[in-house]
Amino acid sequence: MAHGAVAADTQYNYDIIKKFAIMALVWGVLGMSAGTYIAAELAFPFLNFDIAQITFGRLRPVHTTLVIFGFGGSALFATSYYIVQRTCQTPLISKGLAEFTFWGWQGGILLGVLGYMNGITDGKEYAEFPWYLDIAIAVVWVAYFIVFVGTLRRRSQPHIYVANWFFLAFILATAILHIGRNIAVPVGLFNTSAYGVYSGVQDAMVQWWYGHNAVGFFLTAAFLGMMYYFVPKQAGRPIYSYRLSIIHFWALGFMYMWVGGHHLHWTALPDWTSSLAAAFSILLLLPSWGGMINGIMTLSGAWDKLRTDPIMLFMITALSFYGMSTFEGPMMSLKSVNALSHYTDWTIGHVHSGALGWVAMITFGSFYHLIPRLWETRIWSQSLIYVHFWLATIGIVLYIAAMWVSGIGQGLMLRAFDDYGNLAYTFVETVTFMHWPLVVRMLGGMFFVAGILTMVFNVYMTIRTAKQEQAAIEAKIAAKMAKA
Amino acid sequence: MFEWLSSMENTKPLALVIFFVTFVGILFYVFTGKKRSERLESYKDIPFLEDEQSDKLNKKDQDNG
Repeated sequence: MAHGAVAADTQYNYDIIKKFAIMALVWGVLGMSAGTYIAAELAFPFLNFDIAQITFGRLRPVHTTLVIFGFGGSALFATSYYIVQRTCQTPLISKGLAEFTFWGWQGGILLGVLGYMNGITDGKEYAEFPWYLDIAIAVVWVAYFIVFVGTLRRRSQPHIYVANWFFLAFILATAILHIGRNIAVPVGLFNTSAYGVYSGVQDAMVQWWYGHNAVGFFLTAAFLGMMYYFVPKQAGRPIYSYRLSIIHFWALGFMYMWVGGHHLHWTALPDWTSSLAAAFSILLLLPSWGGMINGIMTLSGAWDKLRTDPIMLFMITALSFYGMSTFEGPMMSLKSVNALSHYTDWTIGHVHSGALGWVAMITFGSFYHLIPRLWETRIWSQSLIYVHFWLATIGIVLYIAAMWVSGIGQGLMLRAFDDYGNLAYTFVETVTFMHWPLVVRMLGGMFFVAGILTMVFNVYMTIRTAKQEQAAIEAKIAAKMAKA
Repeated sequence: MFEWLSSMENTKPLALVIFFVTFVGILFYVFTGKKRSERLESYKDIPFLEDEQSDKLNKKDQDNG
């Protein structure tokens, strides 16, 4: 049975959480702005301005690195450090090591993106960091593992709450993926390039084993950890079924590692490998939806909260997008559907349905819950949370709908034949067709960036108000002391 | 034995059997036994234990104050 709490709030290490939360928002604004800019470049290529550093090819990894590792990673550090302390009722084992993870992670990201803009990259999607940063990140990650596991081991609670299981799976899997994908032999000690140990189709298979499991363990499992803590806390009621959360965890863990091959249908990869990946992708629908239902049903009997609580709106919408994208993903992994969708914008739309709809929305909801508690105050404006919610939701819908039109449209055009068996459209005709959907996608991105800017303003005012309140209290105490 | 294990044709189905049996075992463990079910479900309250503690401390402060 769960034991009663023994620790007071004051002993927890909140400073490190505050730092990571602020940096998550900083990287979020920069990364999403970079994404919107490259979306604009695709619609209006003159925006490249012939400046190498801001061309699509260089800014694209800047965008993905900043939003996945900068925004998402920092948000995960922040929330995992908060959750592990609160659910284990013990402070982090080492303040110094936690600080090291902060500076190491932020430094790695900053050096990484500056390098990309100047052409220093490994060229492996989502693993573009050069070899020396790969090593540095691995060291930071080991420190993170030590802090997290050490804190778990020192817990006052006999049971480890399920959110921590998801975080631990994320930390372990990310270590395996990072090391497995980035094994390479540097060209020289003072050379930024390295020879990868894989080649040909093996390299492609390792790439998508890494790429899809980054989605599975970094962008899914870890954010589920966030969900399993913050949704019950915000709803004021425990998770719908704890046993279902256990099954959710193990089923995700068993199945995700197999599905990467579905990115390589109709390629040199052996047919059985990608078919097996597709089969596991379909199976994955069950735990994914089990988890989604578990989260949404937590509100069972309290649906009225959706009318009055904008934070709950963020969380339930995030879970809905989680359900949508984990349905769309298995469907796209079918070989017949993939023949149409692959190499088109449908894939980009699918990724953003998960990244914006699930990852960003659950982070926003969790941060709106977390930030006032970290600074011991109330959120500055409840209305601005509603404004943010609608800006983000409209942005996502515009984005996804535009990518469906662009992707499915281009896919159909590329496979259309005339009466004589010739291709009905040239490639450039399909690109011309995509122009307006790409413009709408750019608008969707602008809505989403406007949303996070609204949040940043709200958070800034919240922190400022908290500091003013704190200063007023201190002044009162000082006045009383002086009188006494 | 080692030679048998070193063949992918043998280890692939073996791994499948091990993973499948383990997963079914977890399902069986989680959803059987009334007492175990109650114990597992009790863990869902862990995120709220701190709030109870804070409420108790607040009440104590109010009573004293």
